[in-house]
Amino acid sequence: MNAPGPVIRNPVRPAFDKASRDDTVIVSIGPSHPATHGTIQIFAELDGERILRADVHCGYLHRGFEKECEDHTWHNLIPYVDRLNYCSPLINDFAYCEAVEKLMGIEITRRAVVLRTLLSEYSRLCDHITCIAASLMELGAMTAFLYLVMIRDYMYEHIADLTGARVTHSYGRIGGLARDLPEGWLKRLEEILVQSDDFLGRVHGLVDRNRIFIDRLRDVGVISQSDALSYGYTGPILRSTGLPVDLRKDTPYLAYAELDFEVPVGIKGDNYDRYYVRMCEIDESIHMIRQCVDLLEPGPLNVDDRRCVFPEKTRVYDEIESLINHFKIVMEGPRVPAGEVYSAHEGPNGELGFYLVSTGGGTPWKVHCRAPSFVHMGGAHRMLEGGQLADLVPTFGMINMIGGECDR
Amino acid sequence: MLADLFVSVLFIVYAISVLMGFGTILTWVERKQAAVMADRIGANRAYIRIPGTQVKLVWWGLFHGMADGLKMLVKEDWKPRTYDWYAYAVAPWVVFTPVLLVFAVIPFGGVLHPSQLWAPLAAFFGDKSYPMQIATLDGGLLIIFAFSGMTIIGAMLAGWSSSNKFALLGALRAGSQMISYELVLGLTLLGLILIYGTVNLDAMVRHQSGTVLGFLPAWGIVYQPFAATLFLTAAIAENKRIPFDLPEAESELIAGYYTEYSAMKMGLFMFAEFIEIAIIGALFTTFFLGGYNLPYMNDAGFAFPGGGTAALPHGAVVVTQMATFLAKVFLLCSFQILIRWSLPRFRYDQVLTFAWKFMFPLALINLVVTAVVMWALGK
Repeated sequence: MNAPGPVIRNPVRPAFDKASRDDTVIVSIGPSHPATHGTIQIFAELDGERILRADVHCGYLHRGFEKECEDHTWHNLIPYVDRLNYCSPLINDFAYCEAVEKLMGIEITRRAVVLRTLLSEYSRLCDHITCIAASLMELGAMTAFLYLVMIRDYMYEHIADLTGARVTHSYGRIGGLARDLPEGWLKRLEEILVQSDDFLGRVHGLVDRNRIFIDRLRDVGVISQSDALSYGYTGPILRSTGLPVDLRKDTPYLAYAELDFEVPVGIKGDNYDRYYVRMCEIDESIHMIRQCVDLLEPGPLNVDDRRCVFPEKTRVYDEIESLINHFKIVMEGPRVPAGEVYSAHEGPNGELGFYLVSTGGGTPWKVHCRAPSFVHMGGAHRMLEGGQLADLVPTFGMINMIGGECDR
Repeated sequence: MLADLFVSVLFIVYAISVLMGFGTILTWVERKQAAVMADRIGANRAYIRIPGTQVKLVWWGLFHGMADGLKMLVKEDWKPRTYDWYAYAVAPWVVFTPVLLVFAVIPFGGVLHPSQLWAPLAAFFGDKSYPMQIATLDGGLLIIFAFSGMTIIGAMLAGWSSSNKFALLGALRAGSQMISYELVLGLTLLGLILIYGTVNLDAMVRHQSGTVLGFLPAWGIVYQPFAATLFLTAAIAENKRIPFDLPEAESELIAGYYTEYSAMKMGLFMFAEFIEIAIIGALFTTFFLGGYNLPYMNDAGFAFPGGGTAALPHGAVVVTQMATFLAKVFLLCSFQILIRWSLPRFRYDQVLTFAWKFMFPLALINLVVTAVVMWALGK
């Protein structure tokens, strides 16, 4: 008789699979559960409605982004980084492109700088609106959700006019941007901003001072400043604890040094603060977009660097040098000098960094993405434990976990 | 005898079709009203095509209710492996049936005199008259509480027998929430009982047909505005709709105690909820809004505050009363939908705190004040 083989345990298992007391129950919330937008699993030990212990499992969306990057040219990665935080793909694009440009020592044109700043803020606006809308919907405030999603849809359509896609824009390019603004784009932008002011005002009116809403969010999912720092939190969650940490202010990149804006902070580090920080950041973003429109001047969009920027199509067809140049960039990828670089942008959820290692070839040797959502998942159990089961919903909504960048 | 039976069957058919009609139409009203509130168009895709033509009747999406019903009926009735199959199967009916039964004691019109309607009817009905409600019971109010309390059992049964942790949590929430609000509901009405001196619903409505202070209609809401607000709040909580929908809080418990139900069994839970919206409207109308009467109206016609009267033929009175009742119920349903689409949801402990520490004392104070005033007035 054959001896029984080793018992293979499920590799995905909770930190605890036995209840600590005999009157508690362990529930598995997710990976497909309405509370978890994004594919994530939360094991919670419940004493009645109270969460005694929680264990947050991410990794269900794992698609090997970082490994996949090692086999594609620097340009081909842009559609991939779009899919990291799919609520604000443009910020991913620009953060990645800037890291590569740093390695190559490229200084992008003035117009590209301002346009990237403008679009980063536009993307942040979309992301915050999505986050708040989804959280409100999960709290049952459907009407406020629909107001916000309507505005977001106008924005998606508007960005699609520019980039050609509603969600995965693939608009950044190493050394510039894919194309310049279409006719009338800025006029429509102003219309949308005016309209979003109106609808955001309605949402403020519906929920800001709504007693039920405050009771659900105030003093719920609290994380202390020291905890937030030691878990490596950034973005609205860290700012909600009262620390004005913002890469746009601290290490100004793009055109942020020229813009006038404030960094809103919270007072308690609870969900209400996170909601309010996001709402204030929306206002700041709108303010910044308007400043960027004023800064925008006509000029070349892409740098004149044959290593990475594609030659014009007409010249590709007309002269052999441009044809070969185009061919080389497509087939071999831009030659990025050997070296390593870390470059970070302030994403809507926190510090979005790219760590790139190049060995001088057309493909990266290593791409690492420092995704805020993944870091936030590390301490999420701290916010959940001790709360009610129902608190999981607003807490998780306000962390704004994005599966794409969390699991990569 | 035969005449009595005929009238009873007529009333029952009327009541059931009103409730079913409300249940169906409210699914549409809810969607459409929510859409209007959110600057959308709302349901407008379901249509009926006249056979053999390309003419599609859309009718503002009114057929969505029918499409929903059809969908529920033909969907796979998925059965979980539960240890208590009988309880699982019977639970939706335990929720659904009492909701219908409550309507039996609600008067949906004044007194019907068939002989006055149309003279030849006298040959069949004689000189009899029938109050327009299915069961003319002296203890009507008690029946309402008895039956509406039964839906708790259904919710608990569904949760316990589903073999699902989320369903169980939902059932526990449903149980404690409904019991808490049942109490508030009862207390708010005690003040009315003191004023009207009866628990017979028809007598209550009659009591409201006069005037108070010379010009206000003597409606319950005028006597007891506080109780009216509390009653409506508690009734919505009893019906488990947003902002009190935690037993079925979608984002936390998937669907709460009916997570494991599918097809028409789940449809029964939903349908019971929609019918209960109408029932709440009917109860509120009867207790606080003068029931089936328009302001200053009674079975004979109108008696205006200035002393002027306007007599109406019996047929006109009956039709006006029935239409008034339906209109009031409909407006209240719409108001409940308005609330449901404006507010976020409470948390479980907050709902219970709200019931016991806020509404319960307020209802008690209301009762005490009412009792003291009644005593001072020497009634």
